Amino acid sequence: MPKTLFDKIWYKHVIKTIAGGPAVLYIDKHFIHEVTSPQAFNGIEKRGLQVWRPQNTVATADHNVPTINQHLPIKDELSRIQVQQLKDNCARHDIALYGLGHPFQGIVHIIGPELGITQPGMTIVCGDSHTSTHGAFGCIAFGIGTSEVEMVFASQCLMQTKPKLMRINIEGELNKGVVSKDIILHIIAQISASGATGYAVEYAGSAIRRLSMEARMTICNMSIEMGARAGMIAPDDITFEYIKGRQFAPSGERWNLKLAEWKELQTDDGAVFDHEININASEIQPMITYGTNPGLGIAINGMIPVTDTIPDEGERKNIVKALQYMGLEPGKQLLGMPVQHVFIGSCTNARIEDLRLVASVIKGKKKNPSVQVMIVPGSQQVARQVQEEGLDKIFEEAGFAIRQAGCSACLGMNEDKIPAGEYCISTSNRNFEGRQGAGARTLLASPLTAAVAAITGVVTDVRDFHY
Amino acid sequence: MKAINIIESTFVPMPMENIDTDQIIPARFLKATTRLGFGQNLFRDWRYETDGSPKENFILNNPAYTGEILVAGKNFGCGSSREHAAWSILDYGFYVVVSSFFADIFKNNALNNGVIPVQVSEEFLQKIFELNNGSTLTINLEAQTITIDATSDNETFDINHYKKTCLINGYDDIDYLLSIKGEIAEFEKQYYN
Ligand code: SF4
Repeated sequence: MPKTLFDKIWYKHVIKTIAGGPAVLYIDKHFIHEVTSPQAFNGIEKRGLQVWRPQNTVATADHNVPTINQHLPIKDELSRIQVQQLKDNCARHDIALYGLGHPFQGIVHIIGPELGITQPGMTIVCGDSHTSTHGAFGCIAFGIGTSEVEMVFASQCLMQTKPKLMRINIEGELNKGVVSKDIILHIIAQISASGATGYAVEYAGSAIRRLSMEARMTICNMSIEMGARAGMIAPDDITFEYIKGRQFAPSGERWNLKLAEWKELQTDDGAVFDHEININASEIQPMITYGTNPGLGIAINGMIPVTDTIPDEGERKNIVKALQYMGLEPGKQLLGMPVQHVFIGSCTNARIEDLRLVASVIKGKKKNPSVQVMIVPGSQQVARQVQEEGLDKIFEEAGFAIRQAGCSACLGMNEDKIPAGEYCISTSNRNFEGRQGAGARTLLASPLTAAVAAITGVVTDVRDFHY
Repeated sequence: MKAINIIESTFVPMPMENIDTDQIIPARFLKATTRLGFGQNLFRDWRYETDGSPKENFILNNPAYTGEILVAGKNFGCGSSREHAAWSILDYGFYVVVSSFFADIFKNNALNNGVIPVQVSEEFLQKIFELNNGSTLTINLEAQTITIDATSDNETFDINHYKKTCLINGYDDIDYLLSIKGEIAEFEKQYYN
């Protein structure tokens, strides 16, 4: 019987299934960070246990770390304690830690792939909902809560119910100015912030096949923003080429063995999904969000919906409330609206390719004086590449503030916050109320759209911008 | 974990949709290293002004509304996987959340901490929102029913059979996983071969 990519990986990892209940799923890689792990370490220690398979776990500090002066002690006491506890916990349990100051440190979903830890066919979990990012390599990768982190510590397994399967096919050529962030914002706007709840989503089609690994990761990253448990893309030559030669990638004879295995990881012709969606790539425009969930997005030159005519009462109230928070009016365009901040960073769009794209657009230009621009590389490795390639000069000349690696203003846990009431075009993945700081107003967009807004100071259609 | 089965209580209605975990517990409160004390920051930015004074029109600040049950609009708990959302709800004193739709990760996190996510139809949810304050609901986990006590109007809800057994007996997944460690090790032998 033809099988889906998901099923091929899933069943290889199921140890047993409880009648009428979940499956016991074996986990290949477990990423941890300072915010969602301390209570899990406490939990197993209270039970008198050690982490059972420490070699399957990799740790980094990213969520609450400062992005300036990382060599100095962390000023915020609670953050400092969390980061210190991670160190102590990893030392006690023999877990590899790429903490502050380590050349591999960075946002957990950026370092896994760039170090070659993330490999096709794996089951990968992390106490962070954007773990779906790793699915771009043909993995089953999903975010878990702290109790589940504790389960993996204790047994290298999780109790999981198999999700339903959805395939989203995107065929055809992308328009000029449209990048992978626009594809995923388009999909979420179409199916809503809860449209894929209960599903694992496979992205397929010719438009996906042509994307680089970085671009594929951006798409899988935001799967959770439509409620999906996981997002995945079948591995191909682009994937293998990306992994080859990386720090923890297999080499020599083992590479050949693995490669043969990985080539089997595709959905067979005729395999059945619970739901399929077809999208024509040429319909996708550069996107921007206007509301307080990632599903409230429009084409950059589109109109904010007129609320009076929304038939569903719940949805109408929701959008009215969102527009109130955002200080925006129904039926209006966002184009031309001034923004005070541009944030280029996060596990969605802070890989080297994203930063190269930004540099190519702004080269030789200066940011608009009324905008503050923060650019936060996703990892130490990305930061080093930025320097080696001289992109830092381009950013500095443009007046962008380059920070050190971390989650930063994506969730405003450290001091990188957007002030209340001000607008920020952000390359991150969430525009929830207060996400980037209490009262902050987030407009999600691609790095391309963000870069252009940094120069013009207003929401701008990249297609009208000459670079 | 505490064993639970029947909960009869007044409820707190929050008829908003898409309440995300950043609203339930904003990220800046995630710096604790224990599971306790999150209740005081539950819905922090809806509940308090920036200077810490309570916002009068927010329902949790209205002493007339109390109870062990939170009733919320559809797609409750979307967003971040932070289990702190479930901890803050439990720490505040809610043992049940009723909604017409739950985000996946939140649902798991709730179940893992002894908070019952009760998914009802949109119609039943609206009926609850129309009740007078002070009305009570009864959740019977064994029977998988939710009842509006005044009218005996009721609905059954779904819950994974295994999770239900865990909740009623007060044991968790880790207890189970530890009990099958031999089998897991056996699997590993084959797997890494
Ligand atoms: S960058 Fe943002 S979304 Fe990504 S892991 Fe960090 S906090 Fe989460």
